[in-house]
Amino acid sequence: MKDRQYLEQKAKEIRIQTIESIAHLGVGHVGGSMSIVDALAVLYFDVMDIDPKDPLKADRDRFVLSKGHGGPAVYSALALKGYFDVEILKTLNAPNTKLPSHTDKNLTTGIDMTTGSLGQGFSAAVGMAKAIQMDKAPYYIYTIIGDGESQEGQIWEAGMFAGSQKLDHLIAFTDYNKMQIDGETNDVNAVAPLDKKWEAFNWHVQVIDGHDVEAIQKAIANAKETTGKPSMIILNTVKGKGALFCEGDIGSHNMPVTKEMCEEAIARLK
Amino acid sequence: MKLRDRNLRDIYVDLLLDYAEKNPDMVIVEADLMKALASTRFGETYPERTVNVGVAEANMIGVAAGLANMGKLPFTHTFTPFATRRVFDQVTLSVAYAKLNVKMVGSDPGIMAQLNGGTHMSLEDVGIMRTMPTMTIVEPVDGVQLAGLFPQIAEHNGPVYIRLLRKEFDPIFEDNQAFELGKGITIKDGKDVSIIATGIMVKEALDAEKMLAEEGISASVINIHTIKPIDADIICKAAKQTGAIVTAENHNIINGLGSAVAEVLAENCPTPLRRVGTKDHFGEVGKKDFLMEKYGLKAVDIVAAVKDVLKQK
Repeated sequence: MKDRQYLEQKAKEIRIQTIESIAHLGVGHVGGSMSIVDALAVLYFDVMDIDPKDPLKADRDRFVLSKGHGGPAVYSALALKGYFDVEILKTLNAPNTKLPSHTDKNLTTGIDMTTGSLGQGFSAAVGMAKAIQMDKAPYYIYTIIGDGESQEGQIWEAGMFAGSQKLDHLIAFTDYNKMQIDGETNDVNAVAPLDKKWEAFNWHVQVIDGHDVEAIQKAIANAKETTGKPSMIILNTVKGKGALFCEGDIGSHNMPVTKEMCEEAIARLK
Repeated sequence: MKLRDRNLRDIYVDLLLDYAEKNPDMVIVEADLMKALASTRFGETYPERTVNVGVAEANMIGVAAGLANMGKLPFTHTFTPFATRRVFDQVTLSVAYAKLNVKMVGSDPGIMAQLNGGTHMSLEDVGIMRTMPTMTIVEPVDGVQLAGLFPQIAEHNGPVYIRLLRKEFDPIFEDNQAFELGKGITIKDGKDVSIIATGIMVKEALDAEKMLAEEGISASVINIHTIKPIDADIICKAAKQTGAIVTAENHNIINGLGSAVAEVLAENCPTPLRRVGTKDHFGEVGKKDFLMEKYGLKAVDIVAAVKDVLKQK
């Protein structure tokens, strides 16, 4: 188990690469990328049984970013983990890139599922966890959904089924940053209380500080110890976390990022 | 395996069971219509390879995509409208765009929803699936054809949509008939006009051919079981041989077989064409015969279309 200092350093590196890659193009999904970084640092640099040298090995853990627009943060984690050169991060959304806005398993080494149309990645993660259950395989499916995404009916179709099937090798996170494109999530269409909803769907539920790497580690350990239920870890997060120019702003979902904004944010992170 | 005088769904489930024995990765994914397809028999034999998500078609497709992503070979099933228009985005992105190998059965195509009525009547499903890159669309006409094509469908690396009758069917082919995915079949060779038909309309086309013969009109009858990719060669060959084409389908004349044939003709071998099918309207409740008559899907309607197209020749 990696220590706090190591994981916080990794999270910082992912944040810097994410801001730089978005700033290189000048626009992108900053807010929802930055809010999931600490979970990604724990997953990619501590928890997941994966090998960048053998990215398709059969007996590996899988990760599905159901809120596919957080792709830039996952690409940064993958590059830092060694799946591809960090220089490639600058090709985000450039013509013929391997790094599109939303994650695509056929384009990017290390991406386990194609996502982007909200709700669908979660359903696929449930199917992947069902396959693990069928095969009595030891590995896990990890997935992150958005709080805005939780307004999609398919989330609850899939959630009901996962609970009903007792898919205990499915560990999901909700990036509860409480914001979506048109405003605060609980104003647009209230998703709260998320914890009670998931409990009612027969999930094991934990609510934690989504920017505390040790809390994330502990929650995953708890989830793995839980049998007979899928796990939902609700991450209380801040949209745009660590990007000085937009932290906690509703407008951070998809926004322009200039060179100056990028440099200032990175200086603050360092 | 008995390939006639039984419901097509029972033949389909036999084929699933046979294939499951050969391929341990094959699974079925259903959405509370196992009893309608009689796939409960598969569920009893292979409970661990049967997934029933309940009444949740979007999740059925997502779960199937996830299973395929882990190396399983899922066959999904629901009624045709729910297998296509209800899950258009899920099939487009989670299956086709993601390049996941899922086979999708839609049962009771077109007017065959019968007493379930207009809400369950998919007269646009072929059009929906035809617009999707990489999709293969198959409409088996009888038990022999379904059995002939099934192994090819299962082995095809890519998404396939199968438009499947559930119950009785008109036997068209002899047991020894060979089928190739993507290749049409000339059932009857003629010289004045070619009738290109799919699904339940093949029987009507063959009846029309006899009626036309009595009037001295010689018609070819061609069955297209794979609507996408369409067999352009057999269409152009028929166009050259007979100089006039009539299509017949249990689907809107817009975006189905008739449109696919029209595209081939217009680009490769312009030839007078008439399309028999539903004329851009919704379905309604009713038995097969009533609906076929009301919507102009009978042999006499094909005969009328032939006589009309011959005037243009």
